[in-house]
Amino acid sequence: MQEIQTYNVNEKGYYGQFGGAFIPEMLFPNVEELRTNYLNIMSEPSFQEEFQALLKDYVGRPTPLYLASRLSEKYKTNIYLKREDLCHTGAHKVNNTIGQILVAKRLGKHRIVAETGAGQHGVATATVCALMGLECIVYMGEIDIARQAPNVARMKMLGATVVPAKSGSKTLKDATNEAMRHWINNPVDTHYIIGSVVGPHPYPDMVARFQSVISKEIKSQLMEKTGKSNPDYVIACVGGGSNAAGAFYHFLDDLETRLVAAEAAGHGIDSGHSAATTFLGKPGVLHGSKSISMQTEDGQVIEPYSISAGLDYPGIGPMHAHLFDTKRAIFYGITDNEAIEAAMELCKLEGIIPALESAHALAVLSKLNAGENETVVVNLSGRGDKDLATYQKFVV
Amino acid sequence: MNRITQLFQNKKQDILNVYFTAGFPDLNDTVKILTALDEGGADLIEIGMPYSDPVADGETIQLSNQKALDNGMSVKLLFEQLKDIRKTVNVPILLMGYINPVLQYGIEAFCKKCQEVGVDGLILPDLPVDVYEEEYKSIFEQYNLLNTFLITPQTSDVRINHIDNISNGFIYMVSSASTTGAKTGISEEQEAYFAKVNAMNLKNPRLIGFGISNHESFKKASSNAQGAIIGSAFIKVLNESTNLEKDIKSFVHSIKYA
Ligand SMILES: Cc1ncc(COP(=O)(O)O)c(C=O)c1O
Repeated sequence: MQEIQTYNVNEKGYYGQFGGAFIPEMLFPNVEELRTNYLNIMSEPSFQEEFQALLKDYVGRPTPLYLASRLSEKYKTNIYLKREDLCHTGAHKVNNTIGQILVAKRLGKHRIVAETGAGQHGVATATVCALMGLECIVYMGEIDIARQAPNVARMKMLGATVVPAKSGSKTLKDATNEAMRHWINNPVDTHYIIGSVVGPHPYPDMVARFQSVISKEIKSQLMEKTGKSNPDYVIACVGGGSNAAGAFYHFLDDLETRLVAAEAAGHGIDSGHSAATTFLGKPGVLHGSKSISMQTEDGQVIEPYSISAGLDYPGIGPMHAHLFDTKRAIFYGITDNEAIEAAMELCKLEGIIPALESAHALAVLSKLNAGENETVVVNLSGRGDKDLATYQKFVV
Repeated sequence: MNRITQLFQNKKQDILNVYFTAGFPDLNDTVKILTALDEGGADLIEIGMPYSDPVADGETIQLSNQKALDNGMSVKLLFEQLKDIRKTVNVPILLMGYINPVLQYGIEAFCKKCQEVGVDGLILPDLPVDVYEEEYKSIFEQYNLLNTFLITPQTSDVRINHIDNISNGFIYMVSSASTTGAKTGISEEQEAYFAKVNAMNLKNPRLIGFGISNHESFKKASSNAQGAIIGSAFIKVLNESTNLEKDIKSFVHSIKYA
């Protein structure tokens, strides 16, 4: 019997061999409560009404799909930018935090805990907590606190408590550990808003669904502009993979659209300072799901490196591990320098300062060799205001 | 017969299970600590396999894990350290650790090695119950390894009964909703939870862990189950010790006899 290939999650929480909920018993009741309720809550008309209204009037959706003419001219193809950078708070992260806080409220939770790397997810979480009047605690690696100071100030201004994660490498993976520990110690009244398509099932699926508005809009906007709803390529950067999951979601089964993922290769894939998970990792369990992660022979997590705090993570979500495994998506490793160059290029040609994370997706354009008649959508996941301190070092 | 099964057949009360992290404080302390615990009178010993990201653990055990890894500890090395252990030590031994290092070693190879060196059981807190049943149970049984599941005050009765059904050593009763070492002592609310579980007529004995740090809390836990597990409090002793053998023996003595 031939199995039908599916790229989405199955009823047990797996994408092929990846996914599941590998969590200690202390987290089981919380995750189980979420698992048994999330689909029902999300399909309630009152939920959808509130969610859609907030996406429209608060976030500013739909975000534009912009034909980048000068960039297209340079690469001799047709490049559209999905402008998630124009979302309230400056990145796609808010699509997910709005969705999850509405779920948390319906589960009767009073407190929100979150992890953050670049601070974008922390800001997006602090924002919706202020909006809904819920207590907000954000764990952030000590090193990230130092390199993303403006976002720390924003979170504090929005009323969140920012707690430095001092364990391990003091970056995103450790902030995630600390947020999970906080949830273990406060199981009843707290909801954990994970910021990417990682973590135990149902998180990867729930976050992908909240972000799927990106590809839904791309389809209808592209239809309107070109008469065809499916592009030849969709490119997105992958840290944990939430903006990519959202940009890919409604194209997963449309095989004429090639899915392209950009990972952070740091100083180079084999430099020892990289976060290119699919190139350097192998199957394993990290943060509650089976996926691909960077690890030693003994199964210890390896500290990643990227110039971009949002991509500085040693794993990817299980959906992406499956897309990699089945070759449904093509993965590129983009170095720090290639990302910086792509960011400068977008500034000069289109007058848009991209987030460092999104710059990794843009850098794929020079490697893709898309044809003159082909259409390429790049998911511009966020804006670069938060990265000015880094960019300044490269502006002469 | 499996040494854990034998222990619970012979002893029904005041069972003392002590946890320590392999490779801590020094890389080659593993056997020394194991031997001192055995001679000191621990009934059951849980050897932690260090992991870089121990999400269920508080600061004390996190630091011991980190230190052990910095010392160069690994699963492979642990098996080497334990290879002659059954020539001198007869106490039941459990390996405790997160699933990823075990997966990387290879589940079958890992179980085989456990049996070879004389390990009796496993505690893998992030191994899901359904994955255990579908993929691992038969392998564990083949190598005569007992698997231990955790329950917490939030675990439903239905789930406790299910876990009891598929367990065949003992059940690890986590005393409160917390990471390891976060709380000390036992409250009335916790005692009510122990009483509830006791009234469920489970087929497996229980050991209470998390928050047990001295004779008083050990006795209290033991009066609510067949015994108790001590981790963070022992790691603190190891961390400050200048004479491991002496300090370990006096610690075990102080837990058992005040
Ligand atoms: C603008 C932007 N893009 C991408 C990411 C990476 O996250 P993900 O891979 O989940 O989209 C981040 C994370 O902070 C971000 O801020």
